[in-house]
Amino acid sequence: MNYANIIGTGTYVPEKIVDNHMLSRLVETSDEWIRTRTGIKERRITTGENTSDLAFKASQAALENAGMDPEDLDMIILSTLTPDYFTPATACLVQRRLGAENAAAFDVSAACSGFLYGLDIADSFIKSGKAKNILLVSSEVMSKVIDWQERNTCVLFGDGAGAVVLKASPYHGIINTVTGSKGDIEGNLVSKSRNLANPFMENPESGENYLSMNGKEIFKFATRIMRKALRDVTAGTGVDLSGVKYIVPHQANDRMFEYVAGKMKFDKEKFYVNLERFGNTSSASIPIALDEMAKKDLLSKGDKLIFVGFGGGLTWGAALVEWQLD
Amino acid sequence: MATGLKLKYTKEKKMIFEKIKEILVDELGVEAEEVLMESKIKDDLDADSLDIVQVVMAVEEAFEIEVEEEETEKLITVGDVVRYVEENK
Repeated sequence: MNYANIIGTGTYVPEKIVDNHMLSRLVETSDEWIRTRTGIKERRITTGENTSDLAFKASQAALENAGMDPEDLDMIILSTLTPDYFTPATACLVQRRLGAENAAAFDVSAACSGFLYGLDIADSFIKSGKAKNILLVSSEVMSKVIDWQERNTCVLFGDGAGAVVLKASPYHGIINTVTGSKGDIEGNLVSKSRNLANPFMENPESGENYLSMNGKEIFKFATRIMRKALRDVTAGTGVDLSGVKYIVPHQANDRMFEYVAGKMKFDKEKFYVNLERFGNTSSASIPIALDEMAKKDLLSKGDKLIFVGFGGGLTWGAALVEWQLD
Repeated sequence: MATGLKLKYTKEKKMIFEKIKEILVDELGVEAEEVLMESKIKDDLDADSLDIVQVVMAVEEAFEIEVEEEETEKLITVGDVVRYVEENK
């Protein structure tokens, strides 16, 4: 039996740092308001690089970290809600630039849960024997879909990319994965595509489309679904939360983590949180956090980790992982 | 009979109030003595918008009800929450 193992991680974020004080000059807000409600202090914002550029650089870093030649990749999975184009897929642009000639490349659209959906797909392809080496990269340029005059959303997001390289191995690296969806017909978290318009319509749509979010409903959804996903991903595995060293959550809001830890009665420190420096980078937030943990030497071989994500779709997912790198 | 009904009604209301008080103490970290029927959740108990979401979630779970968002905005005092639960559970 082949299992999927993470053998390398990489990150790339734009250089430009935008702190809360800079935002308070754009919209009616304050550093104190943003920090107490979200935990965010600053985020990275692109000054010209698009989603494929961030993805390419994060992928290069992950391949180098894994010691893998791009030509050995069978597949490139890229998650994003902010692609460069409708077509080509951002994954294909990354594939060409990496020189990963033997890889099938495609994008996954599962918003902030994209990394977990990608991991689930990668795990399935490796377990079935159809792929051996997979690059999973999550890249987002949230700054192009947010309304910079809307104080309830523009303070939350950041740009960035994180990548992992997965390899078939006899060691049980990815122990379990769960994913789920609940169609958001209410429109609680949406980023609309182009306007519905053509010369044959009486009332073509017009105007700008920005990301919009009902923060209260999403807080409720996220804190409930995180608890469910944490229970579901450990169920039947013989691993319980007390045996998990870190939970790496989608970095949406520190208050959510405090709430979930309180309700599930575990120490909040079990959540690895770095959103104070990057904000919410959607699907990129988990691999960015994971790479940071690996580089900080927080992870040892045999450590149990849970990745848990939730977001637009609505979607959610979790993965229970045994870290296999020294 | 009327007195009996009234007594039962008051007793139930008191139980709802006690449970909501417990939730507010839990979610907001306030002292039980601070929680009165007329206390304003936002102004008197110092709750911000996310605190209120947490209180609503706890109320929903405790009484197995669903509080619509438009309704949430009308829940200003502790008494408003008690009445809402009474009428909807």
